[in-house]
Amino acid sequence: MFQWFGKVSYCPHTKVSEFADHLKGGRIMASRCAECGFMSFPPRADCPKCLGGEFEFRELCGRGTVVTYTRIDAAPAGFEDVAPYTVGVVDLEETGRLLAWFGPSIPEDRIRIGMPIQVVPRLFEELEEIKVYYSLEQPGTVWGKEPETRPAGGAERGK
Amino acid sequence: MARVGVIGIGHGQFGRRTDATVQELAFEAYREALRDAGITPDAIDASVIGSVPEYHKQRSLAGVVQEYLALNPKATWLTEVACASGSAAVRTAWMAIRSGLHDVVAVIGCQKMTELTTAEILALMGRVGEVQWESVFGTTFPGYYAMFARRHMHEFGTTREHLSLVAVKNHYYGARNDKALFRKEITVEKASASDPVASPFLVYDCCANADGAACLILASEERAKATSDRVVWLDGIGCASSSMSVLRRPDLTSLPSAVLASRQAYRMAGITAGDVKVAEVHDCFTIAEIMAYEDLGFCEKGQGGPFIAERQSYIGGATPVNVDGGLKAKGHPIGATGVSMAYEIVRQLRGECGERQVPGADVGLTHNVGGIGQYCFVNVYRRD
Repeated sequence: MFQWFGKVSYCPHTKVSEFADHLKGGRIMASRCAECGFMSFPPRADCPKCLGGEFEFRELCGRGTVVTYTRIDAAPAGFEDVAPYTVGVVDLEETGRLLAWFGPSIPEDRIRIGMPIQVVPRLFEELEEIKVYYSLEQPGTVWGKEPETRPAGGAERGK
Repeated sequence: MARVGVIGIGHGQFGRRTDATVQELAFEAYREALRDAGITPDAIDASVIGSVPEYHKQRSLAGVVQEYLALNPKATWLTEVACASGSAAVRTAWMAIRSGLHDVVAVIGCQKMTELTTAEILALMGRVGEVQWESVFGTTFPGYYAMFARRHMHEFGTTREHLSLVAVKNHYYGARNDKALFRKEITVEKASASDPVASPFLVYDCCANADGAACLILASEERAKATSDRVVWLDGIGCASSSMSVLRRPDLTSLPSAVLASRQAYRMAGITAGDVKVAEVHDCFTIAEIMAYEDLGFCEKGQGGPFIAERQSYIGGATPVNVDGGLKAKGHPIGATGVSMAYEIVRQLRGECGERQVPGADVGLTHNVGGIGQYCFVNVYRRD
């Protein structure tokens, strides 16, 4: 159910839809081409190397390092209620890159390019809908399982 | 090989144009271009409209523009590659002429943006990032370039002041351009104290949404020579793409599409970066101009900050850049911008820019970026 993924879903239908089901269960998955073994994060159904169309999910450890980041004050429609928030791009230890909000375990003034982070799955409830996403946290932070009332990337972060 | 020449140019007022529809904006530029070329509408074989459709309530924009310009039943089509849509229109017009299909083509870049709210525009533009894995975190267009800036500062020591100096230069020249949205000079202090948008960007690091239009009349070599004695030739065109997703870009301090497109254009025109006497680059954000200095080869990689600090992009410096105010001061009606760049370069090469004239300008360049570098078009113009 990919429409669960993110505060605003722009893309409900995808061949990698089960990514969101895994995330709801606390697992962050990459794709692995069943033919040539090419790994990708974000996951993709179709292999850019061998053009194969069969893939499987592989769980990632979620460790990575910060490549760059920005604190967004001027938010787009649908995100005004959580601004300001800080997004970062992270090099994942195993494969690929990921973009996400910094979560409550990392105050903004401690964010540095090159710092190690842990990507942590998160759930929150909005208008009685369960949403899933992931946030960037201190190494060692574990998955909380219980849904939160608002996304942790937002203005309440660190309070 | 036969050349393609610019025989007419037109440019409407950029700004918050609450007085006009998009087709009325297009007409302003079109009328000026026809008069500049000294031709009548029956000389036009086809039009290419550069615009980004989702900002307009009107669907299928080429149709309404074509009708208002009274160009039915001539051929028309729309080009869309985000903020480079105007240059895509120039490129397809060039292709249509070089193929022999058409002799004279009107290229019209036009955009009406201010019918939408800023938050709506931020949401639309943010979705020029990849929506499946990125927009779900509320990414914005300034946010992407802000992340490029943060990385550029980290790798090369580019500073907050370098960013402000780009805005100061472009406002300095914008104050001297009567078609610009912002016609006042600013100081580094003012630029560096404006409200936060996406760190490290403040308001003065960002170009403004605007309405407006610009027009070029392109013609085959034979028709151009028969029509005009001040033809500016489009001698080199380049176009390349980069990944939609910022997550698939190993280097966040450069736009690979810009590097490739510029090398294609230089090769076709038979020039090097050092031959460019005046350039229009896509300064949607201050860091974008600094990255353009480097991607186009005006300075070494990582030296874009010192390049502006040493005033090398002012008139009198190594390569004058955006001496019409750039997107920053002119405003950025996204479909019109690429054509507006070409308008300025043609005027520079004709020697019509008054106090903003670059002395001896015989080769000029436009660098028009779509999105966060997913598309880049670089064109080289020359006068004989």
